[in-house]
Amino acid sequence: MNQLEIRDLWASIDGETILKGVNLVVPKGEVHALMGPNGAGKSTLGKILAGDPEYVVEKGDILLDGESILELSPDERARKGLFLAFQYPVEVPGVTIANFLRLALQAKLGREVGVAEFWAKVKKALEILDWDESYLSRYLNDGFSGGEKKRNEILQLLVLEPSYAVLDETDSGLDIDALKVVARGVNAMRGSGFGALVITHYQRILNYIQPDKVHVMMDGRIVTSGGPELALELEAKGYEWLRERVKEGA
Amino acid sequence: MSQVDLSAIGEEYKYHFVDEVKPVFVAERGLTRRVIEAISYHKGEPEWMLKFRLRALEIFQKKPMPTWGPDLSGLDLDNLVYYVKPAEVRDAKSWEEVPEEIRKTYERLGIPEAERKVLAGVGAQYDSEMVYHRVREELERQGVIFVAIEEGLKKYEDLFREYFAKVVPPEDNKFAALNSAAWSGGSFVYVPPGVKVELPLQAYFRVNTPEFGQFERTLIIVDEGAEVHYIEGCTAPMYSTESLHTGVIEIVVKRGARSRYTTIQNWSTNMYNLVTQRALVYGDAFHEWLDGNLGSKVTMKYPSSYLLEPGARTEILSIAFAKTGQHQDTGAKIILGAPHTSGTIVSKSISKGEGRASYRGLVKVLEGAKGAKANVECDALLIDPESRTDTYPYIEIEEDTAHVGHEATVSKINDEQIFYLQSRGLKEDEAAALIVRGFIEPIAKELPLEYAVELNRLIELEMEGSVG
Repeated sequence: MNQLEIRDLWASIDGETILKGVNLVVPKGEVHALMGPNGAGKSTLGKILAGDPEYVVEKGDILLDGESILELSPDERARKGLFLAFQYPVEVPGVTIANFLRLALQAKLGREVGVAEFWAKVKKALEILDWDESYLSRYLNDGFSGGEKKRNEILQLLVLEPSYAVLDETDSGLDIDALKVVARGVNAMRGSGFGALVITHYQRILNYIQPDKVHVMMDGRIVTSGGPELALELEAKGYEWLRERVKEGA
Repeated sequence: MSQVDLSAIGEEYKYHFVDEVKPVFVAERGLTRRVIEAISYHKGEPEWMLKFRLRALEIFQKKPMPTWGPDLSGLDLDNLVYYVKPAEVRDAKSWEEVPEEIRKTYERLGIPEAERKVLAGVGAQYDSEMVYHRVREELERQGVIFVAIEEGLKKYEDLFREYFAKVVPPEDNKFAALNSAAWSGGSFVYVPPGVKVELPLQAYFRVNTPEFGQFERTLIIVDEGAEVHYIEGCTAPMYSTESLHTGVIEIVVKRGARSRYTTIQNWSTNMYNLVTQRALVYGDAFHEWLDGNLGSKVTMKYPSSYLLEPGARTEILSIAFAKTGQHQDTGAKIILGAPHTSGTIVSKSISKGEGRASYRGLVKVLEGAKGAKANVECDALLIDPESRTDTYPYIEIEEDTAHVGHEATVSKINDEQIFYLQSRGLKEDEAAALIVRGFIEPIAKELPLEYAVELNRLIELEMEGSVG
């Protein structure tokens, strides 16, 4: 039961159905990739997992270690160990990363976190990301470049140490060096106590984060799943190839 | 740290407690010649001051109520008590000399503790009179004066008379006239040339009598090359009827001096807070107003800096927080009257519930003020759909070489920000409070640490259960 399970999930926004029966299981200890063309519903799935109130879940369930989280608020889900690395991290001017991270860690752990304990954690994370301490006194994502924002998401991942993470196109807009750094962060989290769903449009990031499984989403459903080789095949043949195959199968 | 004055208002207002103090003299209601004569008599004033007061009374009676700003119709000036003398002891030099019941109030507010830890001097006013004033000995030895304004008039009459009502004359506005007629309490501060007062001086104003008007008058002279930071904090218990606080603050910042005046106003929400604050800033001197308006029913307050000689600079930072039932009409004025003067206004307001926050400001560049520069930034944050904000910026430029910039923004708490912070484990109201804290951070970081902490705590309290 130690898994993130999505069961026949249907969801819509403004009356338009985006997810049409998603079934997916990410066991703890594994990293899965979720690929698919633009508009397939990948990012929507990420947001719905985190509890974005903009979306309406029409049917189905989301279970974290066997327990439904569908009725939980985003913060309750986070405190249960679910983390979403945003595709477009939000700017919060005037709030330093240090201040925010410590509040978030305290919320996650449900207790006060002393300065020493906090710094020890943050320092380790910064080293993995090859990031300067001075970032901690900058305001949360305020004026950050796309790459800095993504790196900041991974910093939060490393400090908050969730049981499950969904990374929503964390690779998009990154140059190769930044991509490597982000991958290093995710790989540092890997282990028996951590499961991740890496949402991506391109195979590229999977050269650095080896997935245990690859799922492909099209038109609001998982259309096929396979091993890492599926990502390479998609890279070579494109999504159209798969679309054709799905049509034939249907 | 100190329980300084910044915490909650409204439901959480923690200064509601009414003190068990029996005043030794209470004036009859209304402002009459007889009341003024009584005030002057009780203070043992020189003849010229009584004449000044009576002249101000005439001006007050002639001037109409201002109608360009907030609604003042709930203010019944004839029903107020204009002078309450809380005790015979005045301006004690040690807390032991302060009558016990009054001392207890200040202990409850954390003032003596703050004095020991982080302040260079403390003044405490209770209703109409200063009951305590003390400045650290080493400063006294350097010639720093920090006494009740009445003491200032008695002991340093020549110095006092040279500046008193020269910065804000009674003709300035109706409430300046009212204060000039009825003034009582406040501080007299003089910092000799070159003396730098490192820790802040703090004055603490407490109103205890219902339907009462407090009219403190503060005069601060910062001589050439000197430095000082003065803080005032204000609280009152909540009565069902309105009270009035009308202060006049006059500051003279001489050549090369630096001064900062910080107000953290947290009056209870039945208070009309109508204050005139003005600084005259001379060559290469710098004056800063830091103005926090959290409490009161109506606030009208526009700290102003007159930059009179070349190189004079000023910065005016203000935060206003308006909840349901409150109208914070605040802002700033800068008059650039000499070449190469410069000024900045940063105003941040937060409106919650049906609260209304207005920015009202003036930047005026006089002809001949070559190369003068001024910049105004006012940002408003609205928490609820029914919250309100308005901006009344006035800019008058008579000098071609001047640069004046103005920027105004209105924002709402953004759902995406809330979701983002929530997705990291913060509850919805914690997320909203964090966004508000971030909004005022550029000003809060200028506050002494203990005030910044209190301010953040207040905002958390205010934001609890406010969304969702």
